[in-house]
Amino acid sequence: MAYDPFKSDSSDMTLSAPPSASDYLQDSIFRFFALFCALSIILLVAYIIIELGSQAWPAVQQHGIGFITGTTWDVNQSEFGVLPEIWGTLYSSLLALLIGGILGVAIAIFLTQDFMPAKLSVSFRTIIELLAAIPSVVYGLWGIYVLIPLLRPGANWLHEHLGWFPFFGTELSGPGLAPAALVLAIMILPTVAAISADAFRRIPYKIKEAAFGMGATKWEVILKVMLPTASSGILAGLVLGFGRALGETMALAMLIGNMNNISISLFAPANTLASLLASTFPEASQIEIEALMYAALVLLLITFLVNIGGLMIQQMTMRKFEGKS
Amino acid sequence: MSLESKTATLPPRIDLRSLEKNVYEWRSLKNTLLTGLIWFLGIVASIPLFSVIFMLIVEGGTRLDIEALTALPPAGFEMGGGFGNAILGTLTMVGIAAAISIPIGVLAAIYLGVLNPKSQLATTSRFLAKVLTGFPSILAGVFVYAVLVVTMGTYSAWAGGVALAVLMLPTVILAAEEAMKQVPQRMKDAAFGMGCTRTQVIFKVVLPTGLPGILTGVILAVAGAAGESAPLLFTALFSNYYMAELAEPTASLSILIYNFSGMPFENQIELAWAASLVLVMLVLFFNILARIIGRSKFRE
Repeated sequence: MAYDPFKSDSSDMTLSAPPSASDYLQDSIFRFFALFCALSIILLVAYIIIELGSQAWPAVQQHGIGFITGTTWDVNQSEFGVLPEIWGTLYSSLLALLIGGILGVAIAIFLTQDFMPAKLSVSFRTIIELLAAIPSVVYGLWGIYVLIPLLRPGANWLHEHLGWFPFFGTELSGPGLAPAALVLAIMILPTVAAISADAFRRIPYKIKEAAFGMGATKWEVILKVMLPTASSGILAGLVLGFGRALGETMALAMLIGNMNNISISLFAPANTLASLLASTFPEASQIEIEALMYAALVLLLITFLVNIGGLMIQQMTMRKFEGKS
Repeated sequence: MSLESKTATLPPRIDLRSLEKNVYEWRSLKNTLLTGLIWFLGIVASIPLFSVIFMLIVEGGTRLDIEALTALPPAGFEMGGGFGNAILGTLTMVGIAAAISIPIGVLAAIYLGVLNPKSQLATTSRFLAKVLTGFPSILAGVFVYAVLVVTMGTYSAWAGGVALAVLMLPTVILAAEEAMKQVPQRMKDAAFGMGCTRTQVIFKVVLPTGLPGILTGVILAVAGAAGESAPLLFTALFSNYYMAELAEPTASLSILIYNFSGMPFENQIELAWAASLVLVMLVLFFNILARIIGRSKFRE
């Protein structure tokens, strides 16, 4: 029977009955749980920092700041320094940022500025998103058996003919910075592209229309109007992509060579903090584990700082376009 | 006389041809060149995905048979073998991670998205969840090693699952919150006006309406966890046997790929490719599933 508001009998009234005492009790219990779960993420972050900090504390006391400037990693002498790893982490991530950043921003422009019919654009976006879905070990495997053999002839040709140029100072014998940075670039590309594309989409359409109305070509609009307007959003994407590159582990552990080595050459093997942890931790002795915990703490601090910086820029950008929210 | 003075005050005639687009002008030329460049960059960026998938099918497809899916990993010079225990281990640990992170994540998202979105606690939690999405996955492994492996005295599937849960949690929270924010305020107001408690509003209106979005986020988080390897390196470690209980070292597909990729044996390398194919199919299956569920939301 259809519901008729004018003929409702008393049984319908239960619909609008006030909540019973047990409803209120359930409500407050449930809300308490939700509150606790929201709190749990804060507790988790605090716990991570405290736990890593306390585990690393003996090593921090023993090695002090010399840990960051030291260049040897020798368990027998119990001498630990991570300068080569810090160098490798920053260098590989910066190279990845250079390649992945240019490609990522280009993809963001490609996706948002009507270069393709809408349907094609959706499938292209899916392709870029799927790049991020491929597990990092699979990229590592691909890097070993596809990318390195592909790069080696070119790299060694560059070394032979332009060896005086510091970037080509060594041969690419196998694993090294160049393949590692290329794989890293592929891995951060989706992050940079997604955040930059978001920044482009936030720009009010009127701004673009005004520029077209002045007779600007499509690329003049993109380069002189869209890019500067979206610049802070793009910067956030780049910083967050950089943060991701700093912490990436498996592909680097497989491709970078794991050598305690500071070299500016693109083809030299190197090491990063994350791959040092990955390759050394499973077989480490107690004293080495303490040093590795210190290295983990250094990595934690670097990535947290970079990520928080990126998020701050992103939030400021959002506020710029949406007023205070 | 007067006529002449009138024409003199008229603006000079514009040569209309100068307003037409001239393809040889530098501005237009630059436009065409840059458009070509961006198509090129777009194609370059999609090469790796196709290359990876091509290699997986060529290298992994040939080895993918029942033996590979069920047998135990081979030792050194052994031929044959497979990674059945690794498939089981990956699924188990992802299951543990999902069981921990989904309830906590969705409840936290309810608080952040519905109950008290503008409170200091919500703002802080949301920010930290975003910070955690950029958290290096290996540090989740180091953290859980210090907390669980040391206290339990053994590497275990539990520890691996918890490490994956730490990584899944922020993704679940942020995606579920986003999905719940999409639920129109009027629907919530209407339910509240009917005399529902906030809990009833959430269970009868917000969760059912936001379900497709929440599921999408959860499935993507599961897919991400299935592909993770760094946090498993020293929480679950690896095992050459089928697991008998959850409190012992456990194999996973990603660690098997990592271990086998550097071995000098042809057989192991072939198995690493086959295991990668299985892992990528698993991850892509979840991704496509999430996309299908997420899409139906927008068609409504």
